[in-house]
Amino acid sequence: MSAAPPIARPMPELEGELAPFIAAAKEHRLMVQRCTGCGALRFPPREICSRCLSSSAEWTNVSGRGEIFSFNVMHQVYHPAFAREVPYAVIVVKLAEGPKITSNLLDCPIDRINIGMPVEVVFEQISDAVTLPKFRVRAQS
Amino acid sequence: MALRGEIAIAGLGQTEQGKVYDRSHMGFAVAAVERALADAGLARTDLDGLLLNPGISWGNAAMGSFMLQQALGLRDLALQATMNLGGATAGAMIQYAALAIAAGMCSTVACVFSDRPLKSPEEQRTRAGKSEGSAASYAFARGLDAAYGQFGVNAMYALVARRHMHVYGTTQDHLGAVAVSERRWANRNPAAQLHAVPLSLADYHASRWVVEPFHVLDCCLVSNGGVAVIVTSAERARALRKPPVYVWGMGQGHPGGDPAETLVSGASLASKAAFAMAGIEARDVQVAELYDCYTFTVLVTLEDYGFCAKGEAGDFVAAGHTAPGGRLPVNTGGGQLSSSYMWGMTPLAEGVLQARGEAGDRQVPRHDVVLVSGNGGLLSTHTTLVLSPLPS
Ligand SMILES: [Zn+2]
Repeated sequence: MSAAPPIARPMPELEGELAPFIAAAKEHRLMVQRCTGCGALRFPPREICSRCLSSSAEWTNVSGRGEIFSFNVMHQVYHPAFAREVPYAVIVVKLAEGPKITSNLLDCPIDRINIGMPVEVVFEQISDAVTLPKFRVRAQS
Repeated sequence: MALRGEIAIAGLGQTEQGKVYDRSHMGFAVAAVERALADAGLARTDLDGLLLNPGISWGNAAMGSFMLQQALGLRDLALQATMNLGGATAGAMIQYAALAIAAGMCSTVACVFSDRPLKSPEEQRTRAGKSEGSAASYAFARGLDAAYGQFGVNAMYALVARRHMHVYGTTQDHLGAVAVSERRWANRNPAAQLHAVPLSLADYHASRWVVEPFHVLDCCLVSNGGVAVIVTSAERARALRKPPVYVWGMGQGHPGGDPAETLVSGASLASKAAFAMAGIEARDVQVAELYDCYTFTVLVTLEDYGFCAKGEAGDFVAAGHTAPGGRLPVNTGGGQLSSSYMWGMTPLAEGVLQARGEAGDRQVPRHDVVLVSGNGGLLSTHTTLVLSPLPS
């Protein structure tokens, strides 16, 4: 029996509304959208600002620092590319600048993850084209 | 406005639910309407309104209600719509039907849900084998969340539940207490999918994780089937076959924003309008049928209706108040966790049975004030109905 070819990891689209975010991550910068109408920061990107209804926006660098807002631990395999990774945690980071971003936490056992943990961004290259912002625990000074 | 007691539920039709494969999604819908009409003692020609909440298996059924009208052979409808507020739709269908009847637009409305997400063993062998497992079948897995391994609604609710645990000290035992309470009700409901399966808190903890903090027993079932409810004027309902179930109060609440920040569902808003219209307070509710896509949803909903203080629903359920013999029976048919997943129709159908006194071994002794809730999205949409066998 020949094994079916492995199913590739899901990748974010390189074109479209996430393109500036993906391009910035490749250069190890974390960016979010800023409404040029009212200045509100937002992520994930949207066409229209729900605060002032402006449809004009730009991308801006953020510090990459924040804290864990919530997390889950995925046990069920929803996609075969993750079959060997379960259980793994998905975290939501509330960035110091306000917006929240979904990601993963590196170098931390699942049972040590807590809401409120300070984290900072790191960049993990997952293919030639895609580098993903991920996070690690930030030592508090 | 004096709508209280002027509108009634006159008929309830349910197909067999769960792993039943003998009908299509349309077949379940048609059979549910037939049974609801028979329950009410009405004919198809008595219907002049049709509202449909199409389940997942209807696909992109933008005009599903028209398709159902044609399947049922209905002529000259004065009201029709395909509606989707997720799990809050069943309650909303009753509300819009009530308003249209009160406005004189129509007189007798069938509100319908059906779904057929489960494939039979034979269908799995013959049809599904080809596509499942191929790259194309994972086309849903796009975007940034998928790249991080975040898939599906379970994972999203898990993030909100984890916040509730962090902010209010809700525990895994608290979630488990909801599952156990509902199963004890299901054990008294012969139509429940898990009727014959007892459940202890230890069993709950031993069940497999789906996505922490959710075990598989924190998540609703998946079911094939259909449910239909006939809504008409109280006056007309009194002349029909079954005792009317009067609509005392109704409300909606759709808070917007991020419920993970607030940990508040639409129940707090929807209950204000519904309780004011019904002339009741939370303490007057004698039995509550609450939308339970997850154990966690029941906890938040109990808090937001004011049955206990914010953050204290876990202790409330763990104390046994919602279980058989408790002071606030909740999800007396077993709910979507243990009976059947018919979206908002699961709590609504059980509410009708309890109000009528037709709930058999699980009938609660006091059922003059019955609360029915619906919840859709990620605590995004909410509908409230207050039902009663008494006109006033
Ligand atoms: Zn703006």
